Amino acid sequence: MSRVVTLKIDDRDVSGRDDETVLEVARENGIDMPTLCQVDGLSSVGACRLCLVEVKGVPKLLPACTTYVTEGMEVWTSTERINRYRRQIVELLFSEGNHICAVCVSNGHCELQNLAIRLGIQHIDYPYRYPKATVDASHERFGFDGNRCVLCTRCVRVCDEIEGAHTWDVKGRGINSQVITDLDQPWGESPTCTSCGKCVNICPTGALFEKGKSVAEMTKRGEFLPYLTTMRGKKQR
Amino acid sequence: MAQQITIDPVTRLEGHGKITIQLNDAGEVQDAQFHVTQLRGFEKFCEGRPFHEMPSLMARICGICPVSHLIASAKACDALLAVRVPPAAVALRELLNLAQLAQSHALSFFYLSAPDLLLGMDADPAKRNIFGVYQTNPQMARDGIRLRQAGQQIIEILGGKRIHPGWVVPGGVSEPLTELKREQILAMLPEVVQITRNTLDWYKETFQRFEEEIRTFANFPTLFMSIVGENGRMNVYDGKLRFIDAEGKIVADNIDGNDYADYIAEAVQPSSYLKSPYYKPLGFPAGIYRVGPLARLNIVESLGTPLADAEMPAFRQLDRQSSFHFHYARLIEVLYAWERIEQLLNDPKILDEHVRARAAVNADEGVGVAEAPRGTLIHHYQIDKDGLITRANLIIATGHNNLAMNRGVLQVAQHFVKGARLDDGMLNRVEAVVRAYDPCLSCSTHAVGQMPLHVQLLAPDGSVVDELVR
Repeated sequence: MSRVVTLKIDDRDVSGRDDETVLEVARENGIDMPTLCQVDGLSSVGACRLCLVEVKGVPKLLPACTTYVTEGMEVWTSTERINRYRRQIVELLFSEGNHICAVCVSNGHCELQNLAIRLGIQHIDYPYRYPKATVDASHERFGFDGNRCVLCTRCVRVCDEIEGAHTWDVKGRGINSQVITDLDQPWGESPTCTSCGKCVNICPTGALFEKGKSVAEMTKRGEFLPYLTTMRGKKQR
Repeated sequence: MAQQITIDPVTRLEGHGKITIQLNDAGEVQDAQFHVTQLRGFEKFCEGRPFHEMPSLMARICGICPVSHLIASAKACDALLAVRVPPAAVALRELLNLAQLAQSHALSFFYLSAPDLLLGMDADPAKRNIFGVYQTNPQMARDGIRLRQAGQQIIEILGGKRIHPGWVVPGGVSEPLTELKREQILAMLPEVVQITRNTLDWYKETFQRFEEEIRTFANFPTLFMSIVGENGRMNVYDGKLRFIDAEGKIVADNIDGNDYADYIAEAVQPSSYLKSPYYKPLGFPAGIYRVGPLARLNIVESLGTPLADAEMPAFRQLDRQSSFHFHYARLIEVLYAWERIEQLLNDPKILDEHVRARAAVNADEGVGVAEAPRGTLIHHYQIDKDGLITRANLIIATGHNNLAMNRGVLQVAQHFVKGARLDDGMLNRVEAVVRAYDPCLSCSTHAVGQMPLHVQLLAPDGSVVDELVR
């Protein structure tokens, strides 16, 4: 049984259920903050750290998407320190991959690009790593470009939690992590992939794309997810 | 004493190059070379990319003529899809290419070469630029800016933006033309046709003053190459390759773009990042040929538009071996471009909404050939079974002219540069012969790892201590 708790977000008195996260309660109250790995309808993993917030009495910053609200909590979502970290996080994402917006299929429709614009990022202060990444175009309809992957794991979660195929997973650790299909096989040879395209439409960047799309033509249709989860929730009730 | 003169950088052209002139003990020009000192490398780094990205990726080769690369690249991709591009898309691509031709020619003529033509080859270098043109003849500067603007505006109306529009895609174009856009473009044409005619009138009176330059600006017999449309008519979008010789006789004709490698080979020289294509049957360097406006007008039998065709009899009277006449040819082509744009827009089929053919990969190799402002542009791709690029070969218009530019530099230097009394005007003429070709050096250097490397370690007395040759 969930309880209603009261707390302060950005000095405003708000209330929420104790099984809700800070992110959910904030958004219910019209307080938005940038997110990348988090998507409504999938489990939250707190991977991208963009929704970090300051909580009174806690020395470190906490991700709003995996922190549950408690009675009397005081939260700040947009301090100078947080905003600096957010910019640094997005800059690091750019420096870790090979993101060439001008010739990307998702140019103009990219969540990473939108984040950079929203946070006012015009330069990347970190040295670029220029990783040697590969393109897997073995699937008949879709392609994966590792250069543009930000390791948000949305594809991994949507494939596991919604489609139930668990074709995608992550290999390696830390900076060497990569998303893979099945046991690191070419996507086109995957015995588990159902070719449903959920991963492609939930991917925030041009890392997953439909073949045949030219530059700036790849628009993602993420709306399917809330519909699916809502409908399934109703059926189960 | 033997002396080397270096002109670095060569100004008023696109990209980075330098010229070296070697004088002998008597102070006479012994040798002269044009070096392209930059490397772009697009052939190499597009490897592994999905071919659908190619048009937009290759367009980034150039900010002046991105449309030419878009079109040649898209045509190569059409071949990979093995589709027939819908007729409306063919017309729209041609229209876009013509707008590009006009704006690029306007840039070359008014911004880069008019300072020499209006102010003179010996004018004060501080004034020998577009601002100097504006001070001397404000209307001419305004006209140049207007023509370039009009071409760019047409590109923007069609493709969404002036530089690097993404509108041309494998299989066609991404959006059809609307009636409103058609009217917008048509409304611009009367003014720019008039400006172009005025400029032609001015040029026809002016160029005769350059009799000595006409005689020496890369004035020698070579082959010419371009694509020609049906019935030998001008077509900058599609057609078959044709070579003619210095007398105008057809040497090779009706060459399908796919067979370009049977006729064109590329030589690599240690002094330049720019390769030197040559006509294969004649070998290197005898297979020297020229491309671009002069080549096109020397080759086509007619332009197919009334005002431009009316200019041709006078043009044909000239000594058309001289690269100085690239300027004249360029102006006639601008006039042709506006007229041809009008013809295309007045054909109702251009509004057809079927503008894109879709298919999966159907061929593992594709060649796209089109006429860029500076000459014939060839994009050649090979892909793997997943559609990723495994090899790209680009032959850029400027490359075709490399041998002729080099020989032209030598000719001009031998005629004008005298070691005993060097002055700026002489050296400017050496640069101006390169400018006549309007080379785009940043467009044209893409091969990696083929340049022969020769390193010499010299002792203070000049003797060779060590030597490395790759």
